Amino acid sequence: MLLGRIAGSYDLDEVLRAGDAIRGHALYVPTLLLVLAGTLTKSAQFPFHFWLPHAMAAPTPVSAYLHSAAMVKLGVFLMARLWPVLAGTDAWMWTVGIAGLITLVLGAYLAIFQHDLKGLLAYSTVSHLGLITVLLGLNTPLGAVAAVFHILNHATFKASLFMAAGIIDHETGTRDIRRLNGLYRFMPITGTLAMVAAGAMAGVPLLNGFLSKEMFFAESLEVEGPVRALDRALPFIATLWGIFSVAYSVRFIHGVFFGPAPRGLPRVPHEPPRWMRFPIELLVLACLAVGILPALTIGPLLDVAVRALLGAATPQYSLEVWHGFTTPFLMSLVALAGGVVLYMILQKYLARGEERTPLLPAIDTRAIFDRVLLVVSWRWARWVERLFGTQRLQPQLRWLVLAALVAALWPVLHRGLEFGALPWSPVDPALAVVAALGAACALGAAWQAKFHRFAALALAGGAGLVVCLTFVRGAAPDLALTQLMVEIVTTVLLLLGLRWLPKRTPFAWTSEGARAARPRRLRDLALALSCGVGVAALAYAIMTRPLPETISSYFMANAWPLGGGSNVVNVIIVDFRGFDTLGEVSVLAVVGISVYSLLRRFRPARESLDTPPRPEPVQGAAEDLLVPAVIMRFMFPVIGLLAGYLLLRGHNLPGGGFVAGLALAIAVILQYMAGGTRWAEERLAIRPTRWMGAGLLLGGATGAGAWLFSHAFLTSHTAHVHLPVLGELHLPSAFLFDLGIFAVVVGATGLILIAIAHQSVRHPWN
Amino acid sequence: MELIIALLIGTLTGCGVWLLLRPRTFQVIIGLSLLSYAVNLFIFVMGWVRGGRPPFVEPGAAVDFSRFADPLPQALVLTAIVISFATTALLLVVLLAARGLTGTDHVDGQEPGE
Repeated sequence: MLLGRIAGSYDLDEVLRAGDAIRGHALYVPTLLLVLAGTLTKSAQFPFHFWLPHAMAAPTPVSAYLHSAAMVKLGVFLMARLWPVLAGTDAWMWTVGIAGLITLVLGAYLAIFQHDLKGLLAYSTVSHLGLITVLLGLNTPLGAVAAVFHILNHATFKASLFMAAGIIDHETGTRDIRRLNGLYRFMPITGTLAMVAAGAMAGVPLLNGFLSKEMFFAESLEVEGPVRALDRALPFIATLWGIFSVAYSVRFIHGVFFGPAPRGLPRVPHEPPRWMRFPIELLVLACLAVGILPALTIGPLLDVAVRALLGAATPQYSLEVWHGFTTPFLMSLVALAGGVVLYMILQKYLARGEERTPLLPAIDTRAIFDRVLLVVSWRWARWVERLFGTQRLQPQLRWLVLAALVAALWPVLHRGLEFGALPWSPVDPALAVVAALGAACALGAAWQAKFHRFAALALAGGAGLVVCLTFVRGAAPDLALTQLMVEIVTTVLLLLGLRWLPKRTPFAWTSEGARAARPRRLRDLALALSCGVGVAALAYAIMTRPLPETISSYFMANAWPLGGGSNVVNVIIVDFRGFDTLGEVSVLAVVGISVYSLLRRFRPARESLDTPPRPEPVQGAAEDLLVPAVIMRFMFPVIGLLAGYLLLRGHNLPGGGFVAGLALAIAVILQYMAGGTRWAEERLAIRPTRWMGAGLLLGGATGAGAWLFSHAFLTSHTAHVHLPVLGELHLPSAFLFDLGIFAVVVGATGLILIAIAHQSVRHPWN
Repeated sequence: MELIIALLIGTLTGCGVWLLLRPRTFQVIIGLSLLSYAVNLFIFVMGWVRGGRPPFVEPGAAVDFSRFADPLPQALVLTAIVISFATTALLLVVLLAARGLTGTDHVDGQEPGE
C-alpha cells in the first residue's frame, strides 16, 4: 500500500517505473522494512532462518521439490522483482546484504552438522537463499544477474537432491546419515545422479552451480560498499562459504553412498522404480547441460528473466565456462580443496553423531520465537486484559458514562458554555407543577427501584406521563400520543417481567457494609449529579437561543406539495426519511424475534416457581375482576377501531403507523389481561411473525414500487381516487408504507408481550 | 419556563445514570427508561419554539415557519421512543433469561463476593 501510495498506482509496471520517486520518498525506509520483513522471513534469512528446516522435517513426497525449489524462492523472487525499485541505497545494502551474508555462512555451517539428509539439504537451501539475497544486496546489476541465474540453478540441483533424499528414504526407511552407508553398491544410478547434483551444489566446474558461484565470487571481488573493511572481507567470506558448501556436499555423498555396507536398515535398499528416478535424471541432465553449454541452454531463458528485471540497465555478462585462471577460479579451487579437507578433519567428529553444532552458542532461535510468541500473544494480552478488562457490568458502565461526560465537558472547558440571550418565556403554572411532579417521580423511582419494584415502576410511569404532557405543551401531539402508547406497553411489559425476579426484602445496612459501599455510592452519585447538571445546562443553553436555519423549513414547505400530507412529522417519517424508518422497523422486528427466541429457551428461576402462580385460567380472580374484564373484552373492537382511525388520518393529523400499531398491540394484550393467557390464546389466533413479515414486505414493496415508475427507492406518489360513497380520496403511496410500519409494530410489540405473557403457562420442564 | 424544563431533563438524566450504575437488573431497566425519557426530551427541545404551533401545514397556504414547532426533532424522537421501547423489552428479556440461568438478579450474574 505504501508503494502504491508513493507510485500512485498498484500496477507493477507503474511501480517499477517509479523507482527514483520511491527511493527518494520520505516513506522509503518504512516501505523497505515492511517489504523485507516479509521477504526475508519467507526466504528464511537470518534471523528468521529457523522455520525452513523445521518445515522440511516432514516426510518426503514428490511435491517436496516444489517446496525446496519453488516455494522458498517466493521471498527472493519478490526481492528480485522489486530490486529495480528498492535497491541501490545504503539502507538496502545494509539490511539485505548483511542478512544474506550471515545466512549464507551460518546456513552452510549448520548444514555440515546435520544428520538428517533433509535437514542438511534444508540448511543448504537456507544458505543458498542467503547467497541469492547477498547477490541482490550487492546493489550491482551483475549481482542481480547472478541472483536470477542462481535462482534457476539452485532450483534444478536442489530439487534433484531432495528427490534423491526422498528415494533414499523410500528405499531404506531412514534419512539419518549416521545410519546410512555405502549405498552406492545397492543403487549406483541414483548414487551417480546424486553425486552430479551435489557437485553442482558444491560448485564443481562443468556443472551449473559452478557458473553462478563464479559470478558471486567475481562480484564479491569487485563490490564497493560503504565500508571498506567489509568489501575486503567479502571474498574471504565467500571462499569460506564455498569451503562449507563443498564440505556438506561431500558429506552428503560420502556419508550416504560410500563406506562399509549399512547395517540394521529398516529395509534392504535397491534401485527405485524407473519412473521414480526419471525426474532426477532429467534435472541432472539440465545441470550438466547448463554447466557445459550455458550460452546455448540457459542463455535465452536467463536473458528474458534478466531483461524483465533490469530492463535497459542490463549489463554485459558472459556465460563462458572458462574465463582463464582468474581470481574467482582460484577461489573455487581453494573452496573445493578446503571443503574436502574440512570434511576429512570433521569426519571423526561427525561419526560420533553428536546432536549439537560445535562452536556455536546453543541459541535456539526457534525457542526464542516461541517464547516471544508466548509473551506477546498470551502474557501481554492477559496483562492488558487484567489492566483494562472486567467482566463486571458496573465498572464498564461507569467508564462509559465517565467517557461521555468527559467528551461533553471537553469543548465546554475549551470554549466555555454561553447561555443564549433570549428572555425566558412566561412560566406555565400547570406545566411547572407537572414538571416538578415528574422530577419527583424520577427521584422516587431512583430511590425505590431496589426494594419496591412495583412502586418504582409506577413512579417511572409517572415520569413518562410527565414527559408525554411536556410533548403536548411543546406542540408535539404525535410525540405525546406515541409516548402515551409506549408508556402503557412498557409498563405492561415490566409488570409481566416483575414476576420472574427474585424477592428482595429491605434489610438494614450493617455499619460495615455501609462503610464498604459508601465510596462506590458516592462516586456514582457524583457521576449522576454531574451528568444531570451538565445535561440541564446544555438544554438550557440551547433553549435560550434562536433556532438555527435547518432543513426543517424545507420539510415544512414541501410536506404538502411533495409528500401529500399536512402532518409534517408523519410525512418526514414515511416519506422524506422513509428509508431510515424502514431500517427502524426492521430493528423492531429483529428485537421482537430475539425476544421470542430468547424466551423459548428461558427457564424461570426455581424459587419463582415454588411460590405457585395463580392457577390459570383463574376462577376466583376472574370473578374479582369480572367487571373490568368484561369492559376490557368489549374494548377490543373499540381500540381496534381507534387504531385504524389513527392509522388512516396519520398523514394529515396526529397519528400514523407507529401509534396505531402500538394501540392495536395494547388491545391484544388487554385481552390477555382480562381473560388470562389460556383464554386469550384459545380465542385470538394472532401470528405476530406474519404481521411483521407482511409489514416489512409491504414497506419494501412500496419503496421498490417507485422503481417501476423509474423513481428512486421510496419516492412517494399521491393518487386521487374518486369513490362513489366516500367521495374524493387522496391516497399517497406513503400510506401503504405507513401500513407496513403499522403491521411491523403490531407484530413486534405483540410478539414481545405475548412471549412474556406466555411464560406463565409454560411448565418449567417442557 | 425554559429553566424548569431544563431542570426536569437534568433530574431525569441524573436519576437515570444513578440507576444505571446500580447492581440490580431491575434498577438498570428503570434507569435506562428514565434515561431514554431524558434523551428524548433533550432531542425534542433542540427544536424548542416559544408558543409554537404543532407542525401541521394547510394545503396551499403560504406558511410562516417561525410560528410552528420544528418538525425534525419530533420525527427523530418519535422513532426513538419506539426504539427505546424495543431496547427496554430486549434488555428485560435478557435479564430474565440471565436470572433464570444464574439464579440471581445481580447484573454480573453472581452475587458480589461469591
